[in-house]
Amino acid sequence: MLVKLSSSSLKQTHWYEFGIRFLLGGLATVFAGIVGARFGVAVGRLFLALPAIFCASATLIGSHERRTKEKAGLSGRRRGRQAAALDAAGAGLGSIGLAAFGATFYALVTTSVIGAFAAALLTWAAVSVSAWWLRRTLRITSRHKQAGRSAKGRSAP
Amino acid sequence: MTEYLVRFIAGGFIVSVFAILGDMLRPKSFGELLGAAPSVALATLSIAIVQHGPHYAAAASWTMIYGAIALACYSVAVCHLLMRFRLAALPATIVAFAVWLAAAFGLLAGLGGAA
Repeated sequence: MLVKLSSSSLKQTHWYEFGIRFLLGGLATVFAGIVGARFGVAVGRLFLALPAIFCASATLIGSHERRTKEKAGLSGRRRGRQAAALDAAGAGLGSIGLAAFGATFYALVTTSVIGAFAAALLTWAAVSVSAWWLRRTLRITSRHKQAGRSAKGRSAP
Repeated sequence: MTEYLVRFIAGGFIVSVFAILGDMLRPKSFGELLGAAPSVALATLSIAIVQHGPHYAAAASWTMIYGAIALACYSVAVCHLLMRFRLAALPATIVAFAVWLAAAFGLLAGLGGAA
């Protein structure tokens, strides 16, 4: 499967949805700073992986999918929930990459700051993409096995 | 005050860039990976290095790993609330925040602040 960039989804997005993401991203960063200053670096930096923006993005994705279905005259509630759940599953896989980002940055930052950022970002991308690819491959394999088993069941006397 | 303004603008900008990139990537399941992009971390760690130096940022990035593990637990909880309990997206993501808090602070209490 080819990974590509498509601008079509941006046309569906309202300007205020970009604003909500900017606002939540900014507030999450300020919040992490305030908690760090008040309760110490350990507690504050837990919030570097805060899912604050996730609430907005999952809700927006869910409402986009619901709207698309409703335009076609169908109830889009189930579709909206499925889209938001897919977003959550993706974030779950991405969190493995996020942990790898933290570990790489921790190991390298005292040696080279720029190098630590570059290596941590590359590690994040590599681990996240590998996790996505592995999940996709396993799902396809299990689907093929299921299809094979049901075909055997049908042909058996 | 200036520091918090810089945090707000930098955080908002980086989060928006990753969110737009995530929207544009196809297949969708691939774009969703960016839901856990290190956007807040990039802004905060950069400011931490400028203000306090690399050793402080190293300690910060260590506890961030606990936050990432908690994010994985949070994502699983959101999936279950949406698909099994049929909650809508907004309540599901808010209710599951309790899971994130419990996992993050549980790991911090159990394993300690910095390695």
